[in-house]
Amino acid sequence: MPTPADPAMNYLEAFGEKAEAISLLTWALLILSIAVVAIIALLTAAGVTMRRTSLAAEDAKREPVLRPSGGLSWITVGVALSTLALFASMAWNAYTMAAVNRPPRAPALTIEVIGHQWWWQFRYKSDDPAQTFETANEAHIPIGAPVRLEVRTQDVIHSFWIPALGEKIDLIPSQTNVTWFEAEKPGVYRGQCAEYCGQQHAHMAIAVVAETPEAFQAWRVAQLHPAEAQQGGLIEGEALFQARCSACHTVRGTLAGGKLGPDLTHVASRLGIAANTLQNTTATLSGWIADPQRIKPGNKMPTLDLQASELGAIRRYVQSLK
Amino acid sequence: MSDEALRRLPVGSVGHKPFGWWGMLTVVMTEGSLFAYLLFTYYYFVVQYGRIWIPEAPSLRLAGPNTVILLLSSAFVWWAEKSAARGKTKAQSLGLAIALLLGVVFLAIQVLEWRDKPFTLGSGSYGSAYFITTGFHMAHVVVGALMLAAVLLWSLLGYFDRERHAALSIAALYWHFVDLIWLTIFFTFYVTPYIG
Amino acid sequence: MAVADSDRSLELQQSGAPARERLARIWEGEAGLRGWLSTVDHKEYGKRYIATAFIFLILGGLEALVMRVQLAGPNKTLLTPEQYNQLFSMHGLTMIFLYAQPVLSGFSVYLFPLLLGARDMAFPRLNAFSYWIYLFSGLFIYAGFVLGYGPNDGWFNYPPYASMRYNPGPNMDFYAIGMILFGVSSTAGAANFVVTFLRARAPGMSINRVPILTWGTVTASFGILFSVPAVSLAFFLLWTDRQFGTDFFNSGQGQPLLWQHLFWIFAHPWVYVVVLPAMGIVSDALPIFCRRPLVGYTVVVLATVATMVMGFGVWLHHMFATGIPYLALSFFSAASFVITIPSAVAVFAWIATIWTGRPVLSTAFLFFAGFIVMFTLGGVSGVMTAAAPADQQLTDTYFVVAHIHYVLIGINVLAVMGGLYVWFPKMTGRLLDERLGRWNFWTVFLGFNIAFLPMHWTGLAGMPRRIYTYPEGLGWTAVNVVTTIGAFILAAGVLLLLVNMYVSRRHGAAAGPDPWGGPTLEWATTSPPPTYNFAVIPAVASRHPLWEGSLDESGERSSLQRGMILDDGKEMLTTTALDAEPDAIQKMPPDTLAPLLAALAATALGAAALLHAWIGATIFTLLLFAALLVWLWPQRAMGQISEQAHV
Repeated sequence: MPTPADPAMNYLEAFGEKAEAISLLTWALLILSIAVVAIIALLTAAGVTMRRTSLAAEDAKREPVLRPSGGLSWITVGVALSTLALFASMAWNAYTMAAVNRPPRAPALTIEVIGHQWWWQFRYKSDDPAQTFETANEAHIPIGAPVRLEVRTQDVIHSFWIPALGEKIDLIPSQTNVTWFEAEKPGVYRGQCAEYCGQQHAHMAIAVVAETPEAFQAWRVAQLHPAEAQQGGLIEGEALFQARCSACHTVRGTLAGGKLGPDLTHVASRLGIAANTLQNTTATLSGWIADPQRIKPGNKMPTLDLQASELGAIRRYVQSLK
Repeated sequence: MSDEALRRLPVGSVGHKPFGWWGMLTVVMTEGSLFAYLLFTYYYFVVQYGRIWIPEAPSLRLAGPNTVILLLSSAFVWWAEKSAARGKTKAQSLGLAIALLLGVVFLAIQVLEWRDKPFTLGSGSYGSAYFITTGFHMAHVVVGALMLAAVLLWSLLGYFDRERHAALSIAALYWHFVDLIWLTIFFTFYVTPYIG
Repeated sequence: MAVADSDRSLELQQSGAPARERLARIWEGEAGLRGWLSTVDHKEYGKRYIATAFIFLILGGLEALVMRVQLAGPNKTLLTPEQYNQLFSMHGLTMIFLYAQPVLSGFSVYLFPLLLGARDMAFPRLNAFSYWIYLFSGLFIYAGFVLGYGPNDGWFNYPPYASMRYNPGPNMDFYAIGMILFGVSSTAGAANFVVTFLRARAPGMSINRVPILTWGTVTASFGILFSVPAVSLAFFLLWTDRQFGTDFFNSGQGQPLLWQHLFWIFAHPWVYVVVLPAMGIVSDALPIFCRRPLVGYTVVVLATVATMVMGFGVWLHHMFATGIPYLALSFFSAASFVITIPSAVAVFAWIATIWTGRPVLSTAFLFFAGFIVMFTLGGVSGVMTAAAPADQQLTDTYFVVAHIHYVLIGINVLAVMGGLYVWFPKMTGRLLDERLGRWNFWTVFLGFNIAFLPMHWTGLAGMPRRIYTYPEGLGWTAVNVVTTIGAFILAAGVLLLLVNMYVSRRHGAAAGPDPWGGPTLEWATTSPPPTYNFAVIPAVASRHPLWEGSLDESGERSSLQRGMILDDGKEMLTTTALDAEPDAIQKMPPDTLAPLLAALAATALGAAALLHAWIGATIFTLLLFAALLVWLWPQRAMGQISEQAHV
């Protein structure tokens, strides 16, 4: 299983039809830009070296002032060439804009993306209410199919961004923005909130897991299931969870129905915790439950003052939520 | 340039030559932009929400006559400036006094108009836009009235004559501007809801 | 003293010693603290603007260095998130508002009358006022920061994070009220430049003979007059949203995006406000060291104006990711491409000036040559963000941080530093040290590029802006370390400039009136210039009054030694807006404390509003009006009162 940071967030390398068109445009403009800077730098440096006097600054006025002609043609030629390059870029830009504006095929599914300070809520929409479900911070998608995204926010402005799959889209209060993306290869695509949203803007990462349609279908079915009834050693953990965590978190199939924090029904199956701030391991999970304010200062999850035995019980219960 | 031409140059604040008059033009530019952005705010909301955003069809009962009052005051300021240019100092002071009075009447009626409104500053963004925009305008009327008062005082002190009444011209420019702005606000808040 | 026209003796005179003594008596103010506080001399305020802006540059720089230490590796904990957020907000607003524009105002306030052949700005008292209130607005915002309530939502301050609900402390109120005060300052300054430009040029300096620096400044000033109200209003509405329950930007019925519109309608033109005068510095000063006039004066002027006008039509390109309709996206994307054409005009004009001139490699020239390349780099990265799909990847990443620093450091700081090497001698009578100057230039230039060139890559590697830390393994660590190193080298370069100024102010070589052999009027008077600038009002016959001997363009000659003395009190000549024909003689105001008191009252009013101290606010409003009444009361000595009046 790849880590949540694989591939990294470099967007000059893209993994979907849409992102590829954009990255091609970005490359073209980048190369053109580098060429322009190189030409101007060379022209300036050559002009300075070839035309310089040997006078010291203090003697500048000993060099006679003249007005040689011919300067204007520099401007005419230079601006004409620049304009040509600009219009070519504009044409490419217009072409790319049109190409990425709409998905090439009907989207395979619609995910509602809801931003929170500082985590992501994903709601998989369906006409059949029994087929809708929610998850957090980690979205799975099938490869080779456009996915429609409806983004909105619960609080401040955020921006949804998976660099390898396409451009950013802001989450603006009192409006829903719509966009789409598509992954062509399986993998875990990292993304991150791109619009400054307060103290923990830095720790609001997204993992998009692109997998084969079969694997996606299996994941989907698993996600639709509520949490299984607990037995044995986990009953204490579940009770503690109900007492201490359920005001904010939902675990479907149990009494925990809080809406303030992420849905944890299948949290143990996710790659990361705390909006992908940490990888999901026993150690990190314990650390997070014990003192979330140390790891993400200012985040909305309070430090609960748990005794070691309580912490262990809760952690074991949470880890059972596969 | 001949010495003779130089000797004929006016000295001090004469006519529309002083820096101050040109300075007031820049004030008009920037304050005009301020109101343009306020009205942009109004229209932005209208574009977002449409007619339903406006809680009630605005009544012209007070605003209509009040607009006439403000325009009349501009006419009196214009008359005062004309009189000053003709050296008629009494008419000049009288014009200023009447304009000032009309300005104060406008403010008083605006207060009544505010009281009539069923919404408040905090009862939604229409109320916010209405009270902030008209409030900004009223603040400008207050400043204009203070200018007119100062100019009236200086006029009564006999500071001005046919040539030297730059302060009067400058205050007049501002007052006309404030009136013109009222027309755009009146059109936006009171007329456009009835159009289309 | 009588002021009737017929009493005047206005014969053209030679500027002899007696005339100079008379003028000095008329123009020089009091000595001592009171004189320092009440002076209205533009040169004094020009220097104060520059000094104050540099203090803010240092503060903003220190804030940046602390952030760079925090970012020098993954998961560092030098700063808490809130501290980091206040630091990046303060850094941004300090550099963009309290440094970049005021420092250019400083150059222009100092140079405007000298370049135009005038004795002062059109409104000397307003000039003092706009300086004081600039200083106080900066202190106001910094007071919040020092008390722990610094702005924490970036310089752009987007609601709803800036609203009461998400930001209940007074942080935003310090910023909002401080920005309204700052807006008053920049607006007053702009009005002053516009009127001075239109009405106070030397006779004969028709509109096509004006130095480019003044074109840049006056264009920027028009930009300020039309754009600053948008941001002042936005901050005012934000403040009423926060304090009085209005609903403009809240997420109920209000529209958070409305803030972004108002903010960027202001902030995009503001980019040109902080670069056009700097481009003017280069357009005027580069030719001095190339020993030829600027190539393409007219097209450069037209390009300057065109940039500003178009600058009002591209604000939406800061909002490409906000979900705007396709049509608007296409239009604003195309407009943002087109706006680069005027900049290309300027770049090729400078290059042509170098190629067809004989460059003298002074430190100032090095800064200007470096400026051309950095200008281009900042320009092309701007073009990349004009392409909407590319921008939707680039925006809010370090690529844009790199871009904005190439614009602000490349186009503003390099021009300002070069400008200091050119005009420091005019301001102090002493040359800056050239040896130290080389070190200064190369340290700044290399440090700057080491810090910010890799930052383009940081952005392309996907690092978002405004994050207080980042995880390992994303390929961001090494570039961030390089940037941090570059930032410290850049800081050392700035320090070298400060050392050079400090040392050369006392021990630099004497400059004489015209150390570089410059073409424009400021080089015709002593260094530093007398309070009255010019003993006789110069009459101008060409674009380069001091180069007429070598260029010999028209046969006509400017008259710099013989002209009007205007010594019947503090007097200035007013000329017509286009042709600069003499139009009137203005009486200028004496030194006064009124502007300082008005600025104090306005700032105190802001503080009272912050504290909801309404009685205090009323008192300060009345004091403000009182100060303005004293300021504006008609005076006989200024020819504002009828001669028949019995006062």
